[in-house]
Amino acid sequence: MNIDFSAEELTFQQEVSAFLAAELPSDIRDKAANSIELTKDDFVTWQKILAKKGWAATNWPVEFGGTGWTPTQKYIFDNECAKVGAPEVMAFGLKMVAPIIYTYGNEEQKKRFLPDILASNVWWCQGYSEPNAGSDLASLKTTAIRDGDEYVVNGTKTWTTLGQHADWIFCLVRTGAADVKNQNAISFLLINMKTPGINLSPIYLLDGSPEVNEVHFDNVRVPAENLIGEEGKGWTYAKVLLTHERTNIAGVAKSKKRLQDLKEKAAHTSDGLSGTKTMLSDNSAWQQKVAELEIELLALEYTELKTLAEVSTGKAPGPESSILKIKGTEIQQAIDMLNVELAGYYALPFVRDQFLEGFEGVAIGPDQAAGSAPTYFNNRKATIYGGSNEIQTNIICKAVLGL
Amino acid sequence: MDFSYSEEQQMLQQSVSKFISQDYDWDSRQAIAKSATGFSAEHWQLFAELGWLTIPFKEDDGGFGGSAVDLIVTMQEFGKGLLVEPFLANTILAGTVVSEAGSSEQKATLLAPLMEGSLQLAFAYAEPQSRYELSNVQCSAVINGDEMVLNGHKSVVLNGAAAEKILVSVRTSGESCDREGISLIWVDASTPGVRRECYASVDGQRAADIWFDNVALPASNLLGNVGEAIDVIEMTVDKAALAVCAEAVGAMEMSLTKTVEYSKIRKQFKVTLSTFQALQHRMANMFIELAQAKSILLMAAMEMDSLSGRAPKAVSAAKSRIGKAARLVGEESIQIHGGIGVTDELDVGHYFKRLTAIQFLFGSTDHHTARFAAS
Repeated sequence: MNIDFSAEELTFQQEVSAFLAAELPSDIRDKAANSIELTKDDFVTWQKILAKKGWAATNWPVEFGGTGWTPTQKYIFDNECAKVGAPEVMAFGLKMVAPIIYTYGNEEQKKRFLPDILASNVWWCQGYSEPNAGSDLASLKTTAIRDGDEYVVNGTKTWTTLGQHADWIFCLVRTGAADVKNQNAISFLLINMKTPGINLSPIYLLDGSPEVNEVHFDNVRVPAENLIGEEGKGWTYAKVLLTHERTNIAGVAKSKKRLQDLKEKAAHTSDGLSGTKTMLSDNSAWQQKVAELEIELLALEYTELKTLAEVSTGKAPGPESSILKIKGTEIQQAIDMLNVELAGYYALPFVRDQFLEGFEGVAIGPDQAAGSAPTYFNNRKATIYGGSNEIQTNIICKAVLGL
Repeated sequence: MDFSYSEEQQMLQQSVSKFISQDYDWDSRQAIAKSATGFSAEHWQLFAELGWLTIPFKEDDGGFGGSAVDLIVTMQEFGKGLLVEPFLANTILAGTVVSEAGSSEQKATLLAPLMEGSLQLAFAYAEPQSRYELSNVQCSAVINGDEMVLNGHKSVVLNGAAAEKILVSVRTSGESCDREGISLIWVDASTPGVRRECYASVDGQRAADIWFDNVALPASNLLGNVGEAIDVIEMTVDKAALAVCAEAVGAMEMSLTKTVEYSKIRKQFKVTLSTFQALQHRMANMFIELAQAKSILLMAAMEMDSLSGRAPKAVSAAKSRIGKAARLVGEESIQIHGGIGVTDELDVGHYFKRLTAIQFLFGSTDHHTARFAAS
């Protein structure tokens, strides 16, 4: 056991840090620092820079263009990126559908889809949830009925994050009997968003952003060659992916950076008790809350590192990875709330345009105060998506404790 | 970074684990805890033969040269058996003081017999007014040439009853709470003027309050430089804090296992408790607390081994987090067991008691949260 970085790891850290200093576009960095929403172009630009360096796919095997990094290298990379506010790569292509394609897809599909995902030429979105299939995902009703060389898809997908940018959608669809509990009737299908019969309607969230969508399929004809693996195995594929996904979901590096920023801001925010002499950071109740959160995050950091170390020895992440999702999102939300507390009265003003590119009005309140409450509201989603935290708790009960 | 145990560590773990599972069943543990001395001299001799009493000490001193990771490997297994033998108080606390501050003569007198299993020591550092502040020392030693006189009262000295010789933190100059002016001395328990009130602690272990009334000692009983002991004291208590964190992880693991097993057997409303989601989720929370505790324990042990200078802060993080986990796991294990959980008969209540005691040993959860925040 050894906590220290080796000489090679230190060199790698310098390499990442130098790369970020040289290659992260300053307008993207400034947006992140000022809570301005990133555009599709911003994400694509940054991912293409990563791709050019060969660092876009940190979780893929080397043979398909992955980095082949050790867990420690991934840890270093994530931390360095978070430190400078580099955007996190969009998970849908690189982290969600790609592993399914290279694990369960045929050679033709790998050749057809993986290079464009790696190069960020194509934007993917996810079609899992439905209006009546949330936590009970297996009760999904969207059908794909085989008709010659095609499937005919009908139904509605929802919570489709940034679907308005997407070129392709990966879907769980019902190819078999309508028996709602029959998970063996579910298949994994890739659908081009430009196919006739697809309609997208935005859903506005509590922060006013059209971040998610409903996607309607009305007799959408999809070539059968877009089916991944076997019919009826989609549920199994998605489940395997979800355990992998949970190891990425903790967001430890980003939470570390946010907590650090929060502490710095609290050291320059008057607590109101002594004119302007004493700061929020001097308040013992505040200190205790921040310290407890830092300690929880530190524990989670090592829970994640241990999980990644096990994965790197070839083991699939166990159901224990549910801890990463539960604790990671709880910590994110606790930081969200502390940011609101820090803002105080200035958590109240809400000027939606302030968070969009090109805003030229007067920014009200201290830096980032205006974003605190919208972020808090929006991010209540974190304990709900990806299998709600209660579903994760059920997984621990069943798969770990045998209850 | 590397998260795997070495082959040596795996062997150490297996050997301690084998002792606990084969020679330390619940009934024998209870018999030992209730005996006159509160620990088994026979087991202690076995620990010496197996080399366990040398684990924390440098090879130069005749020790095993064990790391902090070796220490937590050992203590986790001891925690599973709720060991009452004074490994923590004698070997880790008192032994570390001698190993860090003692001269070679003092090591020959105190450390060598400790490692052979023939000497019981204790380290008296806490006082009624000090709570967890290690520099709050009012016990005094007045040095006069080759002699000194010791006065004061030390609180809740672990292994204080069995100790033949006692290491004591004393003030040799300055005011209570000054970091300078604190020294370490050793005193034979039979010296005139030493008075002990010995008692059992709530967790079945043994301790004593000790009074020193004009105890005359040779100045050669001082360990290390006069007035400069605070660093050694803090380092020693940090090591002990890490050790009880590991012990708590072992004890929590058993509490969780026993609770889950019981929930699968006990029936109410014609079904086992394990079928109720209200209880399932409480047990899942216990599991999550344990996992977080294990992670932060590992972090703190590795920081202690790394010479990064971050060890004190890391230990406080671990003690704070594990204190919180110990409270939840201990209390929930009782709640889920129901009435049987509050009986003296069942072992789960005794794990709860030890987990409670650990929360207050070497600094409470809140004390360590504040120390983490301040560093």
